[in-house]
Amino acid sequence: MSPSGRVPLAARRILAGDRATLARVISDVENRAPSAIPVLRALYAHTGRARVIGFTGPLGVGKSSLISALLGRLRAAGRRVGIVAVDPSSPFSGGAVLGDRIRIERRAGDDGVFFRSMGSRGHAGGVAAATREVVRLLDAFGMDVVLLETVGSGQVDVEVRTVATTNVVVLVPHLGDEVQTLKAGLFEIADVFCVNKGDLPGADLARKDLVELTALTPARGAWRPRVVTASAKEATGIDELWEAIEAHEAFLDADGRRTAGERERIAGELIELVRERVEGELTVALRSDRNLQALVDRVASRALDPHAAADRLYRGRRPRRPPAR
Amino acid sequence: MPGKRPTATSRPIRILIAKPGLDGHDRGAKVVARALRDAGMEVIYAGLRQTPEEIVEAAIEEDVDLIGLSLLSGAHMALFPRVLALLKARKMRSVPVFAGGIIPDEDARRLRKIGIRAIFGPGTSLDQIVTTARAIARPRS
Repeated sequence: MSPSGRVPLAARRILAGDRATLARVISDVENRAPSAIPVLRALYAHTGRARVIGFTGPLGVGKSSLISALLGRLRAAGRRVGIVAVDPSSPFSGGAVLGDRIRIERRAGDDGVFFRSMGSRGHAGGVAAATREVVRLLDAFGMDVVLLETVGSGQVDVEVRTVATTNVVVLVPHLGDEVQTLKAGLFEIADVFCVNKGDLPGADLARKDLVELTALTPARGAWRPRVVTASAKEATGIDELWEAIEAHEAFLDADGRRTAGERERIAGELIELVRERVEGELTVALRSDRNLQALVDRVASRALDPHAAADRLYRGRRPRRPPAR
Repeated sequence: MPGKRPTATSRPIRILIAKPGLDGHDRGAKVVARALRDAGMEVIYAGLRQTPEEIVEAAIEEDVDLIGLSLLSGAHMALFPRVLALLKARKMRSVPVFAGGIIPDEDARRLRKIGIRAIFGPGTSLDQIVTTARAIARPRS
């Protein structure tokens, strides 16, 4: 329930299992429509149950195909599954081709699955700005597991960490030598490494490099990333992949780690929400600041450098504090 | 442009492109998908061998403003009306459907009569498809 005590109709419909309403509210969230806020607020108390599993890794490694294979397994076990697949939006046209649906095989008419494609819409980091809230809607809708697929642009798709509780980094043989595994970014966020296309030559070597990497990594808490070889095409290693994911989820459940992780994510989210508002307000205020044009003139004529000008603009905006006693 | 947030006016049109039935030729659908992308739309590409049920479910889940069906197998008179009937049954009548492929004039007339909004044959320019898609996409409040 929202603090005002009134539950919007759309929220009630989502809780009642209305798929079209869920889809429409997801669009509102993506479009940053103010009408989505009361719905999200009303549904928040119904969230926190779903396991959110992120899949990231370079493009073409088979993230969607692995998700499809896991979907079959999870549905056979009676788990309700939401899938969010993010693909890149064009920085030029704003358009996108969202093509992950074609990989997903599902039983016709199965309402235990909800699949949604999202364009990244200019947001860097591998997920869309609205992804966290879309995942939450699927959680409130009653999905037991949400599988989240990132853009797949490569080494810096690490923002998935702020949404998912277990992160699977998907790789394939011959992506490079073991020096690649030492680089920062992608390799740092894995709870589970999955070497997909394990039927191809070189899979053993890729696996060996990753096992060595995880042996060198100082264990975060006590978790050492698991390494699994799978082949979505041959349907091998899928059980092992899910077991590794569940092992990490069980690890989180022990010793209050899940709560600690969630508190950290919530703190980050609150800071981000306030930062977004401050940034928006500040941008509007600076644009109309009466000193702006004069400072621009002086920077353009080289009378002042940009750092000095920014400093004056910033100090002009800062609320003046009474002098300390 | 990192940090750029969509406004009401920049919200992209979402469109589903699918090929119903048994038909292995998707070059045309891909070319159209790409042109719509370049026109700033979010194209959900559902690909080959989709049943009408799958297409309508995808349209619901993806909350699309428009559906484009491509078909070259000759089964359009069986499959297109089925998609329209399912959309109606699922309360999705407001989502317009257009089609592309090899569709004889007589069939095209009948399909327009039952609600296919536009039909594009071979040789149609991409500009014409983009312009029509923009014009008929379901308006949003």
